[in-house]
Amino acid sequence: MRVLIPSALHSYSGRPWVEASGATVGEVLADLDRRFPGIRFRMIDEQGGIRRHIRLFYRQRQVFDLVAPVSDDGELLIVQALSGG
Amino acid sequence: MSKQDAQSGQPVLLVATRKGAWLLHADAARCSWRVDGPHFLGHIVNHLVLDPRDGRTLLAAAKTGHLGPTLFRSPDLGRTWQEAARPPAFGPAANGLAARAVDHTFWLTPGPAGEPGVWYAGTSPQGLFRSEDGGNSWAPFSCINDDPQYRQWFGTVQDGTPDGPKLHSIIVDPRDSSHLYFAMSGGGVHESTDGGRSFTPLVDGMEVVEGFDPGDVSFHDPHCVRLCPGNPDRLYQQNHCGIYRLDRPGRRWERIGRNMPREVGDIGFPLVLHPRDDQTAWVFPMDGSDVWPRTSPGGRPAVYATRDGGASWQRHAAGLPAEQAWWTVKRQAMTADREDSVGLYFGTTSGELWQSRDEGRQWECLTRHLPEIYAVEVAYPR
Repeated sequence: MRVLIPSALHSYSGRPWVEASGATVGEVLADLDRRFPGIRFRMIDEQGGIRRHIRLFYRQRQVFDLVAPVSDDGELLIVQALSGG
Repeated sequence: MSKQDAQSGQPVLLVATRKGAWLLHADAARCSWRVDGPHFLGHIVNHLVLDPRDGRTLLAAAKTGHLGPTLFRSPDLGRTWQEAARPPAFGPAANGLAARAVDHTFWLTPGPAGEPGVWYAGTSPQGLFRSEDGGNSWAPFSCINDDPQYRQWFGTVQDGTPDGPKLHSIIVDPRDSSHLYFAMSGGGVHESTDGGRSFTPLVDGMEVVEGFDPGDVSFHDPHCVRLCPGNPDRLYQQNHCGIYRLDRPGRRWERIGRNMPREVGDIGFPLVLHPRDDQTAWVFPMDGSDVWPRTSPGGRPAVYATRDGGASWQRHAAGLPAEQAWWTVKRQAMTADREDSVGLYFGTTSGELWQSRDEGRQWECLTRHLPEIYAVEVAYPR
């Protein structure tokens, strides 16, 4: 599936749109980490929690759980929530 | 340290800030500094440390406002950087306790000379980690991270600094690598004599906020603990409640800050030790009255020095602003070099870097307009 990577993570992916595969959001992120080592830990903590300023959207709806099912014809959008100063 | 060692190489300042890191390379007289940076612009860099064992490898503890924590490693003094393969991260839930996640790595300490590749890290929330491969992969170290008693002493995320509770001041006894210290804000000072398999509190004599029980380790808030390079049996500490000295094998801290001028007090964050003389230390007092402004008392910044182990203190403010300067110097943001006339350096929350080439008597500003400075270390690359 197509995955949109936020600019803060382009140092890993090198580009905004990449391909990754998996049957769930968690599997897609695991595949992303295989392709771009280290990228998952910047988004997901060691207990499987989505980090505070990371938002995931599948088919334009926000995903709160990594076990949410996905299919290859959808798009996963990874967004950095605006914060800080 | 021999005089020859003290004269080999020029110092480099490693400056970690809220928005990136900088390296400042000195000339032989420490009069001119070449600025290299920013590295990791936009990253929150809590600590930047050179491996003294090879004189080339840098480790940077970093995160951004949006992303999780990581560590970067440079084998060539900052020309190139690689991310750690396994940054510090807690294990799964254990001992019936809630699982935790590292928010950021706060403190880095290289291991002893005889253990190349070993590093220690302290995190927020409080956690102790160790790497045995030069900082590339990290694992939880010791039993404390998931020990029920230590969890109680850690408190909650509300019990630490505004930026979270922190484990800091990790110290390895240069004579015995199995002898370790660390400190926590909050959670006291702790010691291991068995290589980190177990730790015990070392808080006797330390005071806590009025009305609280000093017998409860969780109420202790050491801000900065240092071991004398010239005498590993002597430690100094800047605490939320005073300045202390401890001479081992004694276990009771003495509040030497009682000898500070009453109008200044003995509250602050950093504490710096002389590289050879165990009687000499420097502190940077802050206003810890009423609502705790955490600024220089009266808006008049000054360093205070003792040259008699804390029996007396002298004010050093020449060159610093005489009024209306409302700085804070954080606990990692003041340090000393190892030259014969010791150079002192501190970075401010307002992004200024200050230098003294004569042990604090005269100060000059090295650079302004950096982001908020979190840490300053002196390194001697080879």
